[in-house]
Amino acid sequence: MNRGRRLHRATLLCWLVAGATVWCAVARPSRAGTPGETIAAAARKVVKVYGAGGVRGLEAYQSGVLVSPDGHVVTVASTVLDADDIDCVLDDGRRFRATLRGIDPRRELAVLKLDGEDLPAFVLDEAPPLGVGSRVFALSNLFGVAVGDERVSAQHGVIAAIVPLAARRGAYEAPYRGDVYVLDCTTNNPGSPGGGLVDREGRLVGLLGKELRAAASGVWLNYALPSAEVARAYREILAGEAIAPPPADAVAGAVDPLVMGIVLVPDLLDKTPPFVESTLPDSAAARAGLLPDDLVVAVNGRAVSSRSTVRQVLAIVAEGDPVRITVVRDGAIVECDLGPRPVGGRR
Amino acid sequence: MSSGHRHLPWSRATAPSWVTVTLVAAAVTLSAAAARAGDVPEDVLAAERQRVEAMARAAGTAIAIFAGEAGGGSGVLISADGYALTNFHVVQPAGVAMKCGLSDGRVEDAVLVGLDPTGDVALIKLVGREAFPFAELADSDEVEVGDFCFAAGNPFLLATDLRPSISAGIVSGVHRYQFPAGTILEYADCLQVDAAINPGNSGGGLFDARGRLIGVNGRASFEKRGRVNVGVGYAISANQLRNFLGFLKGGRLVDHATLGATVATDADGRVVVSDILESSDAWRRGLRYDDEIVAVAGRPVRTVNALKNVLGTLPAGWRVPLVVRRAGRPQEIMVRLAALHLPTELARIVAAQDQESKPESKPEPPPQLPEAVRHLYESRPGFTNHHFNRVERTRVAERIAASASWARPDGAWVVRGRLATGGPFRILLSAERGLIDLPTGTTVVDATGELDGDPGPPGSGGLLAALLLWRRLLLEGPAHLGSTSYWGTQPRDPRRLGEARNVELGNVELVDVLETSVAAVEARFAVAGDGVVTGIELWPTPDADPCEVRFEPHAGRPAGMPGLIEVRHGDVLFGTFQVDAITVEPVAPEAAGETS
Repeated sequence: MNRGRRLHRATLLCWLVAGATVWCAVARPSRAGTPGETIAAAARKVVKVYGAGGVRGLEAYQSGVLVSPDGHVVTVASTVLDADDIDCVLDDGRRFRATLRGIDPRRELAVLKLDGEDLPAFVLDEAPPLGVGSRVFALSNLFGVAVGDERVSAQHGVIAAIVPLAARRGAYEAPYRGDVYVLDCTTNNPGSPGGGLVDREGRLVGLLGKELRAAASGVWLNYALPSAEVARAYREILAGEAIAPPPADAVAGAVDPLVMGIVLVPDLLDKTPPFVESTLPDSAAARAGLLPDDLVVAVNGRAVSSRSTVRQVLAIVAEGDPVRITVVRDGAIVECDLGPRPVGGRR
Repeated sequence: MSSGHRHLPWSRATAPSWVTVTLVAAAVTLSAAAARAGDVPEDVLAAERQRVEAMARAAGTAIAIFAGEAGGGSGVLISADGYALTNFHVVQPAGVAMKCGLSDGRVEDAVLVGLDPTGDVALIKLVGREAFPFAELADSDEVEVGDFCFAAGNPFLLATDLRPSISAGIVSGVHRYQFPAGTILEYADCLQVDAAINPGNSGGGLFDARGRLIGVNGRASFEKRGRVNVGVGYAISANQLRNFLGFLKGGRLVDHATLGATVATDADGRVVVSDILESSDAWRRGLRYDDEIVAVAGRPVRTVNALKNVLGTLPAGWRVPLVVRRAGRPQEIMVRLAALHLPTELARIVAAQDQESKPESKPEPPPQLPEAVRHLYESRPGFTNHHFNRVERTRVAERIAASASWARPDGAWVVRGRLATGGPFRILLSAERGLIDLPTGTTVVDATGELDGDPGPPGSGGLLAALLLWRRLLLEGPAHLGSTSYWGTQPRDPRRLGEARNVELGNVELVDVLETSVAAVEARFAVAGDGVVTGIELWPTPDADPCEVRFEPHAGRPAGMPGLIEVRHGDVLFGTFQVDAITVEPVAPEAAGETS
C-alpha cells in the first residue's frame, strides 16, 4: 500500500517535471553541446541486439550498450539471448556475431562480447549518480524501428523518482529489489530493454530495464538500472562471480533432475521455465531445502532457462561431483547444495 | 496484444485522457512561475519567448477537421488562400466536403482537393476568408535527432473551443521507414518524435523550434497500452510533402513510384537488384539483375530500407539519378520512376476504404455539397477533384501567355543556328508543317495530321512533333492543345538530384508540368515560375523512350526564346542546338513550293 502510494506520487511528479523539462529543453545552455551532438555521440555506443523470439508477443530484438572498446556489451538477460546466434548491429551498420559471456540473474543483466576493436564505448564509472529532476536521454532500439546503419531512437525525459524496484510481469517477479531511476518518458516499449540512459553530457547513467509492471499498481514501469549497478554486474560477470552461460557442448547428453529428487513442472513447451513442482521425500533436494515454486536459474553456476537446459547442465556435472542449485524464491536468490551427483538418470 | 504501428483517426470509442491537458497546463504554470522569479538568465527568457511565440503562431495555422460520426482529426494551413494539409485517413470518412475549426473558434467550409493514399496525405482547401494564417514548409532534411519539436493538433478531439493542443518533445529519429498497410499508408523517410502523438493528432503539423512546418503527424507505434502515445510518433516529412504538393493541388489521385525492380541485401550486405521488369525504364536504362545500388537521388543506399525511404518520397513519373555498381565500376543512370498502382487500382483502394468506413451505405448518391464549396468540385475518373486541375491549368496558361509575347503574331517560326558538333541547322515550325535541316539531311512533318506517324528526325524520338506542340502551346494556350491537364511538378533539372551526397531534395527547384495528349502522342511541358517552357518530353507511342527537349535561356533575348536546345532520346544525346536567332514570319516563305 505504502509502495503503491509512493509510485502514484512518482507518477504525478513525473508529469509535472515533464512539462518543465520540455519548456527548458532548448533554453538551458549546456557544457555538453547541443542535445543533437550529445545524442549523436552517445547513440554510436548503443547497439541493436538480435536473437531469439518473434513469436507470441516476444520480440526477437532488444538494445545493448558498448562498455569497452574491444566489444563488451551490457544488455538485459532475456529470452532474446536464448539463441545460438546473437547479433549486434552498430550505428554504422557493422554487424557482429556476439558470444554470451555470462548473466547476472539477480539484476537480470548479461554481458555479450563482440569480436571488435576500437569500438565506441561508454565509460561505466564516468557519471556521478543522478538526483530526481535530472534530465536524461534514453537511447534504444524501440519497436525495432532502426535497422542497419540507422541510429537508435532518442527520447528525452527526467528522473522522476529513485525508488526500489518492485515489479513483475504476469506470474514472473523481478528478482532485483534495489533502487532504480523511474523515468517520465515511455521507455517501456518492445526493443527498449538494454538501451542506454545518458545524461546531458552523453555519459551512461543507467540501462533501460525489462518490460515490467509495478507490482503494486500494475502500471507499466519506465525505469533504468543505475550505472553503478550495471558496472557491478559487469565486473562480477567478467570475474566469473556471476553465472556463466550453459556450455556449448551441453547438448551432448541429459540427466533427469529426478535422480536428486527434483520434480519440475510438466514440460509443456520448448522453453518451459524450470519451476520446482515438488521434491521427493527424503531426497537430496528435500534435504537441501528446495521448495515447490522455486525457479531454478542456475546449476553449478551455469545459467538455465528451461527444463531442457537443466537436464543438459546436469549432464556435464561428473558423477560424484557436488551439485549446487541456484533458485529464485520470493524474488530472492537462494543457493541449495544437493551434495554429490548420484549415478544414473542419464537418458 | 502484438506490437503494431497504427494510424490515428479519432474514434468516439476512445476515452479522452487527462494526461495531455495536465502536461500542457503544468508546463504553462511552471514557465510562468519561472518568468516571475527574476533570477532567470535573459537567454532563457528569450528562448522561452521565442517558443511561446512560435507555438502561438503554429496554433493559428492548426485546424480541427470534423468528419461527422466517423470522428475527425487535425490539419495544417499552408497558404493564405486556404490550402491545408492533412492525412488521407482523416478526410477519407468525410468525403468531398468537410467543416474545419480554426483556433479563433470559428468554423469554415472546406473541400477536398487532392489525395495521396499511398503517402497518407490529403490536400483540402478552406473557403470563407480573405487570408488564412499559414505555416511555412521547412527543409526537413535539415532536421536532426535531438532537435526540439512540437505538434499542434486536436488529440482525442479535446478542443471543443477549437484551440489546438500543443505537445512538445524532441526528434527521436530521422529518415525512418514504416511499412505500409497493404500497398497504401506507407511512411517513408519520415520523422520520428517523442512529442505526444495521440488519436486525433493525425494530419496536424509538426513544427520546429522556430515554428516552421517540418512534417505532418499521422502515425504512432503502439503496443500493450492501447491506442495512446508511448513516445513514438511519426510525421510525413515536409520535403516529401513538397514533392507531391503540385500533384495534390492539381486535384489528382496521386500515385507513388516504383523503380520497376525489387532489391535485396546479399551476403556481403550490398543492396542488389533481385528482380526487374523488362518493361521498366530502369531496364531500358541498363539496370540488370545483381547490379548493386549505391545511391539514389543523391542519397547513399546501404540498406533496402534506405532505397524504399527515398523512393517513397518521390512521385511516379519523376526521373531520378541512380548510381549502380557492376563488376566494381560505379555508373550513374537516369531512371524514370513508374507508377506503383494502376489508376483503376488506386481508385478502387479509395473506394474500398470508403465502403469500409461506412459499412451500411448503399451505392452513393451524388454528394449534396454545402453551398460554399459546391462550385469548387468536379468529379472525374483519375482525379480527386478535377475542378482544381482546371484552376492550376489556368494559372500556368496565364503565365505562359504573359511570357510568350515574342511568339506572336501567329506565323511560321524559323530557328537558325549551329550544332555543338559543328554544322548549321534550320528549323521551321508553322501551322501546316515542321521542317528541320541538318547536315545529315532534311525531315518534314505534316503538322495538321497526327504526329505519331513517323517521329522525325530519325534518332530524335520525335523532335519535330515536340517543337510543333511547343509552338501551339505558346500561341494557343493549353486549353486548345488536344486534351491538356495540369500534371504536377518535377525538378527543373532532375540530374541535380544526384549532384552531391545529401543534396537537399527540398532545395531542388520544382517547375510546373502540363500534360497533353494529341491523338496517340503524349507530351509533357515543364513550365518555370516565370512562364517559360524549360523542357518537353514527348512519347510518340507509350512505353517507348520519349524525345527529351531541354531549353536553355539566352541573356540577350526575350524570356522564353531559347539560346540553346538540347535533345536526348533514350541514352543518346541527339544534338545540342545553339540558337543564333528565332524569327517569327507572317507567312512561311518556302511553304508554297513544297508539299509533304
